[in-house]
Amino acid sequence: MTNEAPAMEQLIGREYEHGFITDVESETLPPGLNEDVIRHISGKKNEPAFMLEWRLRAYNQWLTMVAPDWAKLRHPPLDLQAISYYSAPKGGGKKLESLDEVDPEILETYKKLGIPLEEQKLLANVAVDAVFDSVSVVTTFKKTLAKAGVIFCSISEAVQEHPELVQQYLGSVVSQKDNYFAALNAAVFSDGTFVYIPKGVRCPMELSTYFRINQANTGQFERTLIIAEAGSHVSYLEGCTAPSRDENQLHAAVVELIALEDATIKYSTVQNWYPGDREGRGGIYNFVTKRGDCRGDRSRISWTQVETGSAITWKYPSCILRGNDSIGEFYSVAVTRGMQQADTGTKMIHIGRNTSSTIVSKGISAVQGSNAYRGLVRVGQKAANARNHTQCDSLLIGDQCSAHTYPYIEVRNPSAKVEHEATTSKIGEDQLFYCRQRGLSAEEAIALIVNGFCKEVFKELPLEFAAEAQKLLNVTLEGAVG
Amino acid sequence: MLSIKNLHAGVDNTPILKGLNLEIGAGEVHAIMGPNGSGKSTLAHVLTGRDGYQVSAGDVLFNNELINDFTVEQRAHLGIFLAMQYPVELPGVNNMIFLKESLNRILQARNEAPLDAVGFIKRVNEVARKVNMDPALLKRNVNSGFSGGEKKRNEIFQMALLEPKLAILDETDSGLDIDALRIVSEGVNALRDRSRSMIIVTHYQRLLDYIEPDFVHVLAGGRIIRSGDKTLALELEDKGYSWLLDEVAA
Repeated sequence: MTNEAPAMEQLIGREYEHGFITDVESETLPPGLNEDVIRHISGKKNEPAFMLEWRLRAYNQWLTMVAPDWAKLRHPPLDLQAISYYSAPKGGGKKLESLDEVDPEILETYKKLGIPLEEQKLLANVAVDAVFDSVSVVTTFKKTLAKAGVIFCSISEAVQEHPELVQQYLGSVVSQKDNYFAALNAAVFSDGTFVYIPKGVRCPMELSTYFRINQANTGQFERTLIIAEAGSHVSYLEGCTAPSRDENQLHAAVVELIALEDATIKYSTVQNWYPGDREGRGGIYNFVTKRGDCRGDRSRISWTQVETGSAITWKYPSCILRGNDSIGEFYSVAVTRGMQQADTGTKMIHIGRNTSSTIVSKGISAVQGSNAYRGLVRVGQKAANARNHTQCDSLLIGDQCSAHTYPYIEVRNPSAKVEHEATTSKIGEDQLFYCRQRGLSAEEAIALIVNGFCKEVFKELPLEFAAEAQKLLNVTLEGAVG
Repeated sequence: MLSIKNLHAGVDNTPILKGLNLEIGAGEVHAIMGPNGSGKSTLAHVLTGRDGYQVSAGDVLFNNELINDFTVEQRAHLGIFLAMQYPVELPGVNNMIFLKESLNRILQARNEAPLDAVGFIKRVNEVARKVNMDPALLKRNVNSGFSGGEKKRNEIFQMALLEPKLAILDETDSGLDIDALRIVSEGVNALRDRSRSMIIVTHYQRLLDYIEPDFVHVLAGGRIIRSGDKTLALELEDKGYSWLLDEVAA
C-alpha cells in the first residue's frame, strides 16, 4: 500500500513547544561552588544569620557525600563545578511593588507559556507565584489571600518576614543530610514558594507556582515549604518549562509539606521541562526530593504528578504517616519518549495507628523511553491496622521502549494489609490498525488509549488543570495534533 | 460495489496475490475459501489498506472509485468493515467510549450528525438486541478479558452498529464452538441487506451452512481458480482442495 500511516516514531516525536529563550539581562554568578558562593547567595537575599549558618552546615555535609547511582538511570557524571548557582534577571532580588516593575520580556515569557500574570487575566480562582531562574518575579492575589490569613509568597520573602516559621519548619521533613541533592539544595537554594495556611482555614483559591529555567549553564534549586495548620485545607499546583538547549541543566528542588491535625494538603505537579532532542542531547536533569509529613492525627497529604518532560526524572514524592488515622496518596502519570528516562515512585512510611495509603502509578514509555516505578511501603512496629493499596500500570508504545517496576514492601506489624497490583500493556501496530479500521485516526487512537489509561490519575488533578494536563499529554505523544 | 482487477499484492516483498479478479455486486454475499497460505487473509487486509501490505499492480474500485491509495481510516469512512480474525484488546479503553468515537467518526464521514450520549445509548441498545449481544460486555474495556467467542460477537456487534457497505469477515468461525457459531451467524444474517455486500473468508464449509453465500470462490496460489454457487463449497467439503488444484495444474 502506498498509504503509509504516520509511523509510531513520527507520531510521538513532536517538537518541544516551550523551547524559546527569553532575552533578558541577567546577573549570573560565575560557575562553581564554594563557601563564598553560598555567602554571596545569602547576602544577595539579605538573609538573617541563622539561614547562612544553615546553608553552610548543609554545604559541609554535602562535601562528605557522593552522588547516588542506584536508580535505573544512565547519565555522564555531573560536573557541579561547571554550573552557576545563581542567576537572576537584572534588578531581581529586590522587592517589586507591582507588576509594572517586572521586566516586560519576562511578562511576555509567561504570556507565551499561557500564564498571564495580570490578576484580571488569570484563572479567577488560581493564585500564581512565578519563579524565573533563581528568583521569584511576582506573586499574584497576595492581598486576597492575606485576608484569609494565608501567607503565599516566595521563600526569600518568607525568610525575611516570617523567619520564625521558616526556622521552625525548614528542613524538618527533608533534613539537610537526607540525600546528596537535598544537601546541595539546602546549601544553595535560591528561591521557591512558601505557603502557610492558618488553623481552620480552607484556602480560598488554588495556589500555584510556575517555574521557568531560562539562563544557560545554571541550575535551578528551588525550595518549597507548605505548612497546613490544624484543620486547614490547601490545594497547590506547580508547573515547569525550560528552553531547548544542547547542554543538560540541573534542577534539584526540595519540597516539604507539613500537615497538622485534620489538615489536608493536595499537591499537584505538571512537569514539562525540556526533555532534550531526539538524539538525547540536552534536557533537564530533574532530581527532586519531595516529602510530606502527616504530623497530626487524621491529616492527609495527596501527591498528584503528571511528568512529561525532563531528560531524566528522579523523584519519589513521599508521605510520612506519623499521625494516627492519617492518609497518604500518590497518583502519578510519567511519560518517557525519545531518549527520556524516569525513575519515579513514592514512599509511604506508616508510623501511626490506622494509617492508610494509596498508590496509583501509570508509566507510559514510547520510542526508546525508559520508565521505572520504584516504591517503598513501610509499616512500622506501632502502625497497627495500616493499609496500603498499590496499583502500578505500564503502557508501552512501540517496541523499543521499556518499563520496570521495583516495589519494596517492609511490614513490621502483623495487622497490616498491603496490596500490590501491576499490569503491563502495549499499543502496537495491531491496536492502531484496529482503531483505524473503525474510523479513528492514529492520533485519535493513541489519545483514546492514553487517556483511558491515565483517567484514574487525571481525576485527582484540580479541575482547572485536568483538561490542561490531558492536552499536554496528547501533544506529548501525538505529533503536532492536539 | 467492489471491483478488484488483476490485483498483485504482497507482504515484506513476498508476492502473495498474483493477479486476482473479483466483482461483488450490492447485497451479494461471497465466500472465499482455499487452502492455508493461499492469500485469503492477505486479501482481507489489502482491502482495508493495512500498512505493510504492498499493492504492486492492479486496481481496487469501490463504488467506481479507485481506492488503492486510500488510508485505513478513509476506507473505513467509505463503509469498508473488517471483522477481524484476532480482535485485539485496547487496554483502558471502555467499549462504549470507543464505539461512540468510532460511530461518530463514521457518521461524520457520511455527512450525518454525530450522536449525543442519549442518542448513542439508544442506538447501542437497539443494535445489541438485534444481534443478541450481552450489554454487560459493552461496559468493559474493548475486548479485554473477553473469551474468543465474546470477541467475535463484539466484532459482529460493531459491524451492526457501524452499518458498513462492505463487510469482510476474516475467519470469523475460527475458535468458535457450535453455539457461538450459530449466534454469530444469526447476527450476520440479521445484517444481510440489499445494499450491504459481504465477503466471508473461511476454511470450512460449516459456517456456510449458517450463512448461505450467493457465490463461492476458491483462492489458491494468489488467484481465484474456481467460482461457483454454494454447491461448490459442499463439493470442497467432500473432496478437499487437491482435485481442484490438480485440475488447474493440468
